[in-house]
Amino acid sequence: MRAKIRLQIVLAGTAMGAFVTNTVRAKAFYNFPTPVTPVAEDTLFIHDLFLAIITVLFIIALGVLLYSVVRHRRSRNPEPATFTGPRTRRQWMWSAVPVLVMIVIDYIVLGIPSVEAIMTLSNKGHDRLVVVATASQWKWHYAYPRYGIGFNSVLSTPRDEIYGNAPKDKHFLLEVNHPLVLPTGEKVGIVLKSTDVIHGFWVPAFGIKQDVIPGYLRKTWVKIDRPGTYRGQCSELCGVGHSFMPIVVVAKTPAAFHEWVVAEQAREAGARAAATQTWSRQRLMTRGKVVFDRNCAVCHQASGLGIPGTFPPIATGHPFSASKALLDKLSARGFYKDGRIVEGPLSNHIDIVLHGIPGTPMPAFGKQLNASDIASVITYERNAFGNRTGQVVQPSRIVAARRAKAN
Amino acid sequence: MSTVDIDAMEEQHHPRGITRWLYTTNHKDIGILYIAFGFLMFIVGGILAMLIRAELMEPGMKVMGPELYNQIISVHGLVMVFAALMPVSAGMVNYLIPMMIGAPDMALPRLNNFSFWLLPPAAILLVLPWLLEFFGIGNGTLDTGWTMYAPLSVQSGPGMDFAIFAVLLLFLSSTLASINILVTVLNLRAPGMTWDKIPIFVWSWVNTAVLLIVVFPALAGAAIMLLLDRHFGTHFFSAAGGGDPLLWVHMFWFFGHPEVYILLLPTAGILVHILSTFARKPVYGYKAQVYSFAAITMISVIVWAHHMYTSGLPTAANIYFMFSTMAISIPVGILFICWFGTIWKGSMTFETPMLFALGYIVLFGIGGLTGLILSDAAADQQYHGAYFVIAHFHYTLIGGPVMGVLAASYYYLPKLTGRMYDETLGKWHFWLTMIGFNVTFFPQFLLGIDGMPRRIADYAVKFAPLNMASSIGAFVLGAAQLIFLYNVYRTLVGAGKPATGRVWDGAQGLEFTLPSPPPYHTFEVPPTV
Repeated sequence: MRAKIRLQIVLAGTAMGAFVTNTVRAKAFYNFPTPVTPVAEDTLFIHDLFLAIITVLFIIALGVLLYSVVRHRRSRNPEPATFTGPRTRRQWMWSAVPVLVMIVIDYIVLGIPSVEAIMTLSNKGHDRLVVVATASQWKWHYAYPRYGIGFNSVLSTPRDEIYGNAPKDKHFLLEVNHPLVLPTGEKVGIVLKSTDVIHGFWVPAFGIKQDVIPGYLRKTWVKIDRPGTYRGQCSELCGVGHSFMPIVVVAKTPAAFHEWVVAEQAREAGARAAATQTWSRQRLMTRGKVVFDRNCAVCHQASGLGIPGTFPPIATGHPFSASKALLDKLSARGFYKDGRIVEGPLSNHIDIVLHGIPGTPMPAFGKQLNASDIASVITYERNAFGNRTGQVVQPSRIVAARRAKAN
Repeated sequence: MSTVDIDAMEEQHHPRGITRWLYTTNHKDIGILYIAFGFLMFIVGGILAMLIRAELMEPGMKVMGPELYNQIISVHGLVMVFAALMPVSAGMVNYLIPMMIGAPDMALPRLNNFSFWLLPPAAILLVLPWLLEFFGIGNGTLDTGWTMYAPLSVQSGPGMDFAIFAVLLLFLSSTLASINILVTVLNLRAPGMTWDKIPIFVWSWVNTAVLLIVVFPALAGAAIMLLLDRHFGTHFFSAAGGGDPLLWVHMFWFFGHPEVYILLLPTAGILVHILSTFARKPVYGYKAQVYSFAAITMISVIVWAHHMYTSGLPTAANIYFMFSTMAISIPVGILFICWFGTIWKGSMTFETPMLFALGYIVLFGIGGLTGLILSDAAADQQYHGAYFVIAHFHYTLIGGPVMGVLAASYYYLPKLTGRMYDETLGKWHFWLTMIGFNVTFFPQFLLGIDGMPRRIADYAVKFAPLNMASSIGAFVLGAAQLIFLYNVYRTLVGAGKPATGRVWDGAQGLEFTLPSPPPYHTFEVPPTV
């Protein structure tokens, strides 16, 4: 396939383009990351080819312009010509050549490899593994239906690094608590879903970018050549946390991948078992802070003070103003009174975290977090930020609340 | 008031003071209002751009939080496109077209007044939410980017409603202005000013006006649907209610892509006049340019989904939109050939307008060629939503329309004010603009290739050096525009040599047969061409 494309290019007389392409590939300057999937190979090839061609076109045009500026200035050419269009056959040729060259470049030199690349991209072949990636404001959830595992993947860069109170890590903003793990050498289908707004799944080394659109199942695919860690980001503006929802993919050899799957299944079984235990207050508070910082702080802030007008404080007693619609929803649940945030009933608190508040940005965490995490974060919220209810929520209560709703 | 004043008033047929500007139906007054408003909005949009670059100078949130950052990028985009570039371009057409075609005024002068005075409220609606937030009402202005993609824009705060009404006012204003321009050109040409003689600038605006009338209703309709989704319980764009978020994206870009040509065509038209004047040579390929404008106008309404290659369109649709987009390179290529043909074997001098015109060709050339790359549906997987796109459209929109507006400003400033601007300051302005612009936006191509997504308030450390360069370039670019403002101010207060009616020795066209500045009323008796 590749050889065929090369041949066409030579036929089209752009051997020069191929030469520049190789220079570019030698990492002479900024370029796409080293491709590790067939799609990334194609996009890099097209990018280099296009770049070479437009560089040549630009240099020719700039040369013509500079020549004219130097030669056809008044001091060197005091008598301007008077022609208003091509007259002789030769002049017509000079005018027609660039247009014909443009058509050949568009539809043959660039057109043919581009169509082939689009075909590669839309490969509908059999997937050895299907992963479901669900985007929410502002995190990713990765599920492996075949293995019955799934987890959230959220930014792990501490807020202190973002706000300049700590030195920045090498992977600042491109690191997560739990990366997506994929096997190498196998065609993996990635099904993309969104629970709220449009997001974008982009990993430059894979050469894929797919918008994640609520109401649609979008699909893309990878077949990764080499094990390694590949970093990308959300590519569609999705609100306040858009800069803070990276995608980190760890590619492992099939053997290492299966080891990981087994370990992950055991970990999730452990978490389910933990939900039946009784947790100490200390354990709930420690876990709760981790869960809060990863999932809640992006809106309600690490300080728990929220953002006026949009995200209510968690810290009670703080004044909060926002649209009447939002305030009504808060008061109906008992969390807002006389211009201030108050500590509402525990059952409502559990309901809000599990099912969200429809019509507001507050999402339903019941679908994203396990019972222990939800119990921990509610315990934490009711006993931190100056809140002193002393109430402790056990994972069993969350399991029960979930069951009650399902019935 | 003394009798002398009344006589002066009678002679000019216009009231004095503020009422002159509020009630005016004179095309020159309205043109000046449009241009002044547009430049004021350039300053607003420019200050917002400086704030963006200040925040992006280094990694980490420094100057503002992500909430404000998202609002600033949104207003920067809307202000620059709708409140700065389009009004300046509409001002140029208002001021120049009647003089260029030998008409006494626009065909519908009262409509003309109305379409201007719709603009300031629209601009106020965009920034008012910030003022309200300052007083504790709402949470600022729209924060969805100028593209206002649903469902993010359904979820957004009350600032979005202000933006929707701003868009509707802008829609009304530019549709009325476009109708007025078409009616004027169709009906008020001087005897002998046939379709094959009207200046290229007029042709470019005929195409622009057609495009505005055809495509703006799509955005206005979508904006109303968004309003209904937000407040009246409809579900046009909400998947949960059976709606389709992609519908917004389609409707937006059905308008949004031709919008680029709406901004571009008028300056491509004025560019040829400037090249011809300073090369002292007639326009090359008049018919080829007119047909190219028409081809661009037609093709531009069938290529919108090249903004949506990553949204998961069917393969056949991706291929269709790729090839139809590539087709635009042909009429645009013809325009370039005509520009080169116009200066070829001319007798060029390099006054400031000519420098900006040549700068236009170079920068817009880069914008156009990178646009060819972006037309590729496969490689767009890497470019889409990345800084490569930002660099590309700033090369096309600053390289093209803004450079064109600056070239035209220097070109017609002596005509408007009757005074020559300062040539040395003009040259300083040009070179600082060129350097500042390229230092700002060239690194953004590299950032995009390196994987930096657009519209992020904070970025990974590997992007830091180029962002620093880009920010420094932006501050130079911003500061350079102050030279321009000072230069314009000088001519307005009467400094500078008086300009002749012809202004430039190579200038052609009816507007240059009038004195500088032209009298309040011109061509009350149509000239014969």
